[in-house]
Amino acid sequence: MGEESRQTSETVERFLDSTLGSVDSAEELALSVAQRAGFDEGDLMKIGMAVRESMVNAVAHGNRYNANKKVRLSVASDGERFTVRIADEGDGFDFCDLPDPRSQENLMRASGRGIFLVRSFMDEFQIRRLEPGGTEVTLVKYMVSK
Amino acid sequence: MSVKLNTRQIGDVSVVDVAGRITLGEGSSALRDTLREMVGKGQKKILLNLGEVSYIDSSGIGELVSAFTTVTNGGGQLKLLNLTKRVKDLLQITKLYTVFDVHDSEVSAIRSFV
Repeated sequence: MGEESRQTSETVERFLDSTLGSVDSAEELALSVAQRAGFDEGDLMKIGMAVRESMVNAVAHGNRYNANKKVRLSVASDGERFTVRIADEGDGFDFCDLPDPRSQENLMRASGRGIFLVRSFMDEFQIRRLEPGGTEVTLVKYMVSK
Repeated sequence: MSVKLNTRQIGDVSVVDVAGRITLGEGSSALRDTLREMVGKGQKKILLNLGEVSYIDSSGIGELVSAFTTVTNGGGQLKLLNLTKRVKDLLQITKLYTVFDVHDSEVSAIRSFV
């Protein structure tokens, strides 16, 4: 986090198509809000990557690129917390038992590192099933060093 | 820019200069196609120069792992050259840094192939 926060409060929300182009758009949007909030380069990299990985999960694994399904993105900063929520309209997945990609048996797998990286880069990570369908992830980066 | 891949031959080592973004979609698949083609042609010594890679995501990391496995299982060697801080950090976080043979000098990397 930079030494001074430039903006105290901002919230943006978008409904995005289930395309890889939306992944780029979401990352750009989140980074622009984070930049205005005063995060430094290191945190911007972490936030950008966490948003990208979460959006890929929503677009590819959640909505399965279905043109009829949208991804809801909300980005908010309030001077203390920078919060990103990403919700898809997919069938959901079993997120209770995600294997550790660093363990010996998973180390050489080609996939399965996305959520691990999100958890590593953000201060808080929550995931919940939506009714009647879909998954929402919430990513939080603290704007004040704890 | 997505990803640019240039291949050159130094002795029996194939060097792939990678520039841009290795992310899900075009970037990852371009790298996968290039490496598969090289393996298909029987090239067994491959050096990936990642010095100009500006961004890599978990899909890109997965491509590096897949490439390493494919080349190694085929009796070849795949090594990495000139990791940016970003790529190096990601490989360390994911505990993959020690899996790859990583070099900072092209000359020493070329020499290290047996």
